[in-house]
Amino acid sequence: MSSADGAGTAHQVTLEQASLGTALPTLCHEVSATTVVLGALASRDWRPMHHDYKFATERNGTADIFLNTPNLAAWLERYITDWTGPRGRIGRMTFRIRDSVYPGDTMVFDGTVSSIETDEAGCGWVGLDVSVSVGERLCCTCSARVAIPTDCADNPWARRGDDWRP
Amino acid sequence: METSYSFNTLAATENGNPLYWDADLADQLTGGPTMPASTLSLWMRPHRWEPGATQEQLALRVHFDLKELFGLPEAIMSDNTLVFYEPVRPGDVISHHQVLRSVSEVKTTKLGRGRFWVIDVEYHNQNGDLVGVESYTGFGYQRISSRTTGEATR
Repeated sequence: MSSADGAGTAHQVTLEQASLGTALPTLCHEVSATTVVLGALASRDWRPMHHDYKFATERNGTADIFLNTPNLAAWLERYITDWTGPRGRIGRMTFRIRDSVYPGDTMVFDGTVSSIETDEAGCGWVGLDVSVSVGERLCCTCSARVAIPTDCADNPWARRGDDWRP
Repeated sequence: METSYSFNTLAATENGNPLYWDADLADQLTGGPTMPASTLSLWMRPHRWEPGATQEQLALRVHFDLKELFGLPEAIMSDNTLVFYEPVRPGDVISHHQVLRSVSEVKTTKLGRGRFWVIDVEYHNQNGDLVGVESYTGFGYQRISSRTTGEATR
């Protein structure tokens, strides 16, 4: 079960409220075999190391089946937009998988605001540094560039063409 | 775009972002329903089977071609970058093409001996609008140890 319920209350962070070093709320999620398989199938990833224990352990030499990359990206999106609210619009995510996430693990997502800017088109951006850890193991690091409203009236989703510079 | 995949992804990650669950809010903010941004790579992934298929349908064809070309049976994906442009909407028809950006000289890492390569995948909608770009860094290799981590053997 997640420590954040993902209920999607329509709170909204604005650029005025963001400050460098702000820590995003931690998200903890207990991973089961179902978590791994559900994520793999949702992303049409049929490779057996994401659903077949015997293949994963005997062919790959991994400890168990493990979360696939597209599903990890989806978890990162969920973590980021839990914080931004629905007007938050992700422009760019770069992430590196450093270790695998297995059934029985508790994923812990942490993040901080690493940059704040308004671009020449007037779009407000925050840079986020996000990590996914399991105990002492750092499993994934991510840098994200995310548009958030400059104020209560702004809507990054309305930006098109040259006004959107991810 | 198949809407069910949006909800499969949201359910798999317990993502309650109202942008994807509240049609009125989606209309107000984006002019209609959109797909979660991180489903981007899904749109180049074929179903496991289709009529007439004689073998497994594979995504990221260039990656598998490189493994075969260089005789490297194992591979990991180490870095991913996703850049999002026009929102993807249910009913959109998305096309993609893969661009091989680079292939390294032979390198030896703790996993084995092989080559790094960078592949970009560009996605466009039916209007020709760019909806996203993914960049993958892969390492194809011959194993030198029995235990691996990460996206091994892709």
